[in-house]
Order: sequence, then structure tokens, then C-alpha cells
Amino acid sequence: MTSSMTSSGRESNTDTSLFDRRPLSFDPKLKRNRLNGLFTLISGLFATLAVLPLVLVLVYVLVQGGRLLSLRLFTELPPAPGLEGGGIGNAMLGTVLVTLIAALIAIPVGVAGGVYLSEYAGKSWFGQVVSFSNDVLAGVPSIISGVFVYGLIVATRVFFGQSYSAMAGGIALSVLMLPTVIKTTNEGLKLVPNELRLGAYGVGASRYVTITQIVIPAALTPISTGVVLAIARAAGETAPLIFTALFSAFWPEGIFNPIATMSVLIFNFAIMPYPAQNELAWAASFVLVMMILAANLLARWLSRLSKT
Amino acid sequence: MTSDLGLSVDAQFTLRRRPNSEKFLDLGFRQLTLALASLVAIVLLAILVTVFQGSREAMASFGLRFIVTSAWDPVNEQYGAFVAIYGTLVTSILSLAIAVPLGVGTAIFITEDLIPARLRELIGLMVELLAAIPSVVLGLWAIFVMEPAIRPALELLHHLLGWTPFFATTPQGPGMAPAILILVVMVLPIITAIARDALNQVPIELRQGAYGVGTTRWGAIFAVILPAAISSIIGGVMLALGRAMGETMAVTMIIGNSLNFDLSLLAPGNTIASMLANQFGEADGIQVSALMYAALILMLLTFSVNVLAQWVVRRLSLKY
Amino acid sequence: MTSSLSQHNASSKSSGKISGDICMSLQDVSISYGNFEAVKNVFMDLLNGKVTAFIGPSGCGKSTVLRALNRMNDLIPGCHLKGRVLFDGQDLYHPRIDAVEVRRRIGMVFQKPNPFPKTIYENIAFGARINGYRGDMDELVERSLRKAAVWDECKDKLQKSGLALSGGQQQRLCIARAIATEPEVILMDEPCSALDPISTLKIEETMHELKRNYTIIIVTHNMQQAVRVADMTAFFNAEAVEGGSGKVGYLVEYSETEEIFNAPAQQATQDYVSGRFG
Ligand SMILES: Nc1ncnc2c1ncn2[C@@H]1O[C@H](COP(=O)(O)OP(=O)(O)O)[C@@H](O)[C@H]1O
Ligand SMILES: [Mg+2]
Repeated sequence: MTSSMTSSGRESNTDTSLFDRRPLSFDPKLKRNRLNGLFTLISGLFATLAVLPLVLVLVYVLVQGGRLLSLRLFTELPPAPGLEGGGIGNAMLGTVLVTLIAALIAIPVGVAGGVYLSEYAGKSWFGQVVSFSNDVLAGVPSIISGVFVYGLIVATRVFFGQSYSAMAGGIALSVLMLPTVIKTTNEGLKLVPNELRLGAYGVGASRYVTITQIVIPAALTPISTGVVLAIARAAGETAPLIFTALFSAFWPEGIFNPIATMSVLIFNFAIMPYPAQNELAWAASFVLVMMILAANLLARWLSRLSKT
Repeated sequence: MTSDLGLSVDAQFTLRRRPNSEKFLDLGFRQLTLALASLVAIVLLAILVTVFQGSREAMASFGLRFIVTSAWDPVNEQYGAFVAIYGTLVTSILSLAIAVPLGVGTAIFITEDLIPARLRELIGLMVELLAAIPSVVLGLWAIFVMEPAIRPALELLHHLLGWTPFFATTPQGPGMAPAILILVVMVLPIITAIARDALNQVPIELRQGAYGVGTTRWGAIFAVILPAAISSIIGGVMLALGRAMGETMAVTMIIGNSLNFDLSLLAPGNTIASMLANQFGEADGIQVSALMYAALILMLLTFSVNVLAQWVVRRLSLKY
Repeated sequence: MTSSLSQHNASSKSSGKISGDICMSLQDVSISYGNFEAVKNVFMDLLNGKVTAFIGPSGCGKSTVLRALNRMNDLIPGCHLKGRVLFDGQDLYHPRIDAVEVRRRIGMVFQKPNPFPKTIYENIAFGARINGYRGDMDELVERSLRKAAVWDECKDKLQKSGLALSGGQQQRLCIARAIATEPEVILMDEPCSALDPISTLKIEETMHELKRNYTIIIVTHNMQQAVRVADMTAFFNAEAVEGGSGKVGYLVEYSETEEIFNAPAQQATQDYVSGRFG
């Protein structure tokens, strides 16, 4: 074996001719260098195309929506079709209300669910059922949660005989928020080093005390980051609200009545043939986008805070 | 400090009895989290049951014919969801066909050290923020900005390829083609984010190995880095496909919501989600049931795509 | 193995001098990562057809210098080299030099086995193909695997994934991959550090075969290995400098292996090879 290797080894030095051997200097005309440049160019072009929509959407929302910015926008009701002026005060209030209802449901349930998955479930079959359900629920289209709440609450009129209501809308949104909150809580808690738990047990703390006073505080930043993002996402959702919260041309009349929200307002007013309504749709987009970008930057700032 | 002192302290603690209230609290907290966690499974089940129950009447009346017929006729109470199902599949698949190269190309551009780190982070941030823009705002933008802007290009397409059935109609505002483009905008951030993570996870050793045998940067990307990341990327693409199928608002606002079948991408069309958004509020009788039936089909479609995505990731994942 | 060493000693009597055909030459090379200077003022002539070992405590910059020899450091953002690295009469860090071409002529085997996620066959053929190989690919694959002493283990599973091999086999596959492109120099960065003794022995045997045709430069933390395989040995060390942010590596002594281990000129070398530190 050794001898055969040696002989083949000797031969191999003459085989160098079978390879391309070039001078070491860079030759831009070489096919491989040209291709390399070409692909860099293409990927740069793709990246430009990918950021272009954001830039264009932001520019239009800022210009079209921003120029309508005035106090009136916040304090007045939308005009009747065909009339000028008016504001989107009711829709802003409605978005805040509906999102608040959704958050009040989804955050406690989601955080508890995340705590269960990370701290108690282990590899139990029930834990796997929960986490599988969570993955599936996260993939359910948002419109379906509207259909679900419609069938469960709106059509059955369970709330004091009311059909469409802010409450129904909030519940539909909470169905969408829930998987995100569970997921971020679970992942945040898993990042907490196990030594911290062992340390707490080591001084005789109970499981409850360990989790609520040691583990959750240690994971507060990732959890709150996830929650902020989930709220921002919910505030912009439309599909689950169209036939649960419906819309209203008036100021909110309690949480068991139909309510206007900015997102549904944009949808309704965008397809109306009246310029005044179209303009209000842009204005609502401006407010919504600003809120959501602010929430995203807040989340980013939160997570950077934890790294330093 | 000394061992017997340590012992006596230990003894003190082991002798201390835990009060019963603490034990109750411990158990109660566990049961509470368990109960709330099980809500996820219950909600999922409730969604399935609600949609299934709601669609039973339509199932009994139309059976599987519902999937392949395209009548949507409230007057004669005849319903078939073919137009919507076809629209859902065509818009989501074609939008992916455009978004995948764009998203993966962008991900490569911002992971492979082609440009300064600052710029890479900026592009990554912008793509992430794009994902945060509400779909209804994108719909508004699509109606008033995008569609008028691309109409000349669509007209050109009609001019050049009008002899094929896919571009046979003149573009007149809302239609499948603008819906596909707005879907591209919506799934692009998902694909980019997942491809970026996947590429970042390719170990540095593998890159070095490729460069070590003398590949150019793109030689290494195509031959080694992309193949190593491919399973996660495919998983991400499937997830994006699920998202595109269920995407509602932007599509509803720009697709035209036509109930008639047309092969042309330049003509108005429909998707299951946009049909639900448009008709559910005003429907009654068996139309509600037909819509629920369509919703069930949509759920099954997205569910199978998502499960397939997870299977792909697990099955194809390479150990390196 | 002993015979080759003693043979070499007989041919060059002059102790402490570097004589022979110069393959690569480092001239006042300093390498920094960002603001941190990792290695400073290295002068060194690497000889053709010899095995040169880099030894020294970890963190003294052996890998950094090795990677500088085929511009692998280009891939590390912020890494910067001062001085000149001459190969084939040219400065490898001249702006007109194509790093890709450099790596085709100077191959590399890494610390951790890193076969491509491809078949065993493709692992070899890939490099050859991009180097424009025009010969019989099957033959090249077999020859390379034979030279890396891993043919017997691979011949029945050429179409299986390279990742299905054991760690030692993977590393020899990586050696085969490196020699398949017929480089003039092969750089090896602690190629045996992740391997068991038997695989290590096999790889050392491989090196003995390879040095007939290639110039080999190997980083090792195993001094016995240096004695066993290397003709020449360079000892690196690191020391804290005033105003520096960390320890700076430098070349302490570079000579024939025999001399480094039996009669080093420097006290630090003596301490290191006798195991008194490091
Ligand atoms: N990629 C890198 N970025 C920053 N510093 C590095 C990098 N690689 C190595 N270093 C630093 O350079 C010095 C020399 O490292 P290295 O060449 O790996 O040493 P050795 O191989 O001798 O153990 C060390 O202080 C190390 O921390
Ligand atoms: Mg090293």
C-alpha cells in the first residue's frame, strides 16, 4: 500500500497541468470573478427591491396622512358620506379599547401558558399537546378567528342579547395574540439559566416563589418585548374585527356595542368613492403606523437594554 | 464555616416545616398555569368545532362538488368555492415564486459580509419593520399608489403576452396581479428573516472549508452555504406560503372580489379569505354555512402547509 | 520516520541557520484584530518540501499566522496585516493579488473536520472542478483518498454523505479534499486536536507520505507530534506589552526540530519544550 501511494504521489506532480493555473494577480475579466460581481449586484438589487416597499409605504403614509394631522382629527367623528371634514376620534378610542380588551385576556393567559410550558410541562404529553396546539393556532389565518368569534359570540348573542360588540372584537384579537405571548414567554423563560432556579431551591424557596420572584423577573425583558410586539400587531389587525366589532359612526357606547376601530375604518373608507373618506383612511393609516413603529422601536430598545 | 456549624444550620432548615398554605399556593399556581395553558388547546378545538359545525349544512347540500364548482349564487342557493380556492392557490404560490428569490437574495446580501456591517443592520431593520406595517395599510397603499403605478407595466404584459390565456384581459384596476404583488411585499419579510437566521447558523468552519479549496464568495454561497441552510429555508418558505394563503385585508382590497372564473391574472379574482371578509357580515342562511365550509377548507390548507413545513425542517435538517 | 529526520540532519549541519529552497517568506509581519495586535514582527522563511511545525502556548497567534499564509484572515472582519508575505516571488497582500487564486495554490486543513454537506465523492470533486480539473474525476477521487489514507474506509460509500464518517475519517477526507486540488503548500491547523490516538497516528502517516510532494505547515499543541512529523519547528510565545490591550504573540525561535527540542537557543523555548509552562 505504501509503495502504491508513493508512486501515485510522484505521478501527481505532473498532473498539475490538468488544473487551471493562473498568475496570482486578480483578473477582473475572469469568468468566476465576473460571475461573482454579477451575483453581488443581483443580490444588492434584490435587497434594494425588498426595502423599497417600506420606503414607499412610509413616504405615502407620512405625506398623505401627515398633512391631515390636526386637533380636529382626534376630536371629531367621521363625516357622513358626501360631506367634508370630520375626524377619526371614535376610531382611535375604539382601537385603544379593543386592543386593551385583547391584551387583558391574552397577556395573563399567555404568560401563564408560557410559564406552564417552560417550568412545569417538561416532556409530558400534555405539554406537547399544548405546544403543538400553540404552533397550529399561530398558523391559523386571522380571518378565521373572526369567523370563530362570529359563530361563538356574535351569532349566539351571548352578551346581553348583543350581536356585534367591542368585546367580541377584543376576544377575536386575543385569539391572535395568544400564541405569540405564549411563545415569547416560553422562550424568554428558557433563556433563564437553570443555576438561578437551583440557587432559589437551594435556599429553600418553593416552586411558586422561585418562579414568580426569581425566574419571571429574570426574563422580564424578553417577555415584555414579545408582549409589546404582540400588542402592536393586534392594534393593526383588521380581518378579525370586520364582523365582530363591526364599525360605528358614533362614539363608543360601552364594550357590548359595535365599535369603530382605525383598521376597519381604513378598510371601509378606502373603498368608498368619496375623497373625504379616502383622506381619513390615510390619516388613520398615519396614526396607526406611527403607533406601531413606536411600539417596535420601544421593543427594540427594551431588548437592547437587557443586553447591556 | 466549620463543618459542625454547617450541619446544625442544615438541621435547623430541614426541621422547619413548610406551612400548609405555602403548599397550597404551590399546587394552586401549578394548576392555574396548567388550566390557562390548556386554554390554547381548547380554543383551537373550539375553532375547529365551530367552523365544522357551521359548515355541516353546506357539506350536506354540496358535498365535495363545492370544491370544483364555481357557482356562487345566493338567489338560487347554489354555492361552489372553486374560484376562491383557485385564487387562493394561484396568488399564494405565484407570490412565493417572486418572493423567494428576492427574500433569499436579500438575506444573502445582509449575512455574507458583502457590505459594511452598519448597512447590513439597517437593511435588516427595514425589512423587519416592513413586517410590522398593518395589512390594511398596505391594502390602502396598493389601491391608491401601487396599482396605478404598475398598470402600464401590466398593460405591456397584456400587449406582449395577451395571446396566452393568462394575460388575455386588459388590466382595469383591481385584479390577481396586483394582489400577487402586494402578497410579495407581505411575505418577503418572513422569508428574509428565516433565510437570514438559517444562513447565520451555517458554521464558520464550513465557510472556511469552501474558501480553503479556492471558491469565490458566490461559489461558496451556492455550493456550500445555501445547501447547508436549505432545510430551514424551505421550512420558512412553507410557513410563508401558509401566511400568504390566509392573508386577508390587503388582498381583499386589491383583488377585485370577482365571483367569476377567469384564467387571466390581469382580471379580478377572489380568495377564500377575501370572500369571507366581504360576505360574512351580510350573509344569512345557507350562505353562512357555505362560507364556513370555505373557511374550513382554508384552515385545512394552511394547517397542512404548516405541518409540512415542520416536517421538512426536521426531515431535511443536516447535522453539521 | 526516524530515518527521514536523521537523513535531514545529516544534510544540513549548520545549526540555527535556515538553509534550503525558500517557499514562503514572512517579512516583519504583524497581524491585528481591530485595535488588538495579536502577533508582532514575525520574520520567517518556510522551506520547500519540508514539514514545518508551529508550537507554542494557546493564544500566542499560531493560527493567526497560519491563516495569514493563504489569506484566510480576509474572512474575519477587522483583521489586518502589516508587513509582507512572499510566495512565488510575489507579496500575497499586494492589492492586485486575487485571494481566491492564493487559496488554490495554498490549501488548508482546519482544526475541526469540516466536510461539506455533500457526498464523499463530491467533497473531493467539488474543489477539483472549481480548480478547472480536466482529467478523470473518478481517478482523482480515488488517488486523493488513497493519499489521505482513507480510501479503504470510503471506497464502498462514495455516494454517502461525508458527514456520515467518523471524526478521524472526516478529517482525512478533508485532507484528501485539500490535496485533490494539487496545491503547492498545505496548511494544517491542529488537524489532530479533535481526534483519537489511532486516527492521529494515521494522519501523521499521511503527512509523511505527503511531504514528498508538498510543503506542509502544521500548527500543533502536541510536542511529540512536532518531533514525529516536523523537519523545522517554530516556537511562538505571547507576552503582555505596555499599552497593549492583551498579550501580543511573537516568534521566539525557529530552527530545525532537533535543535528546538534538544538544544534551543532561548530559555523560553527550553522551558516550554521541557514542559515547564504552557
Ligand atoms: N477572529 C478573531 N477575532 C478577534 N481576536 C481573535 C480572533 N481570532 C484570534 N483572536 C485573538 O488573537 C490571539 C491569537 O489567537 P490564535 O491565533 O487563535 O492563537 P493560537 O492559535 O496560538 O491559539 C488570541 O488572543 C485571540 O484571542
Ligand atoms: Mg489555534
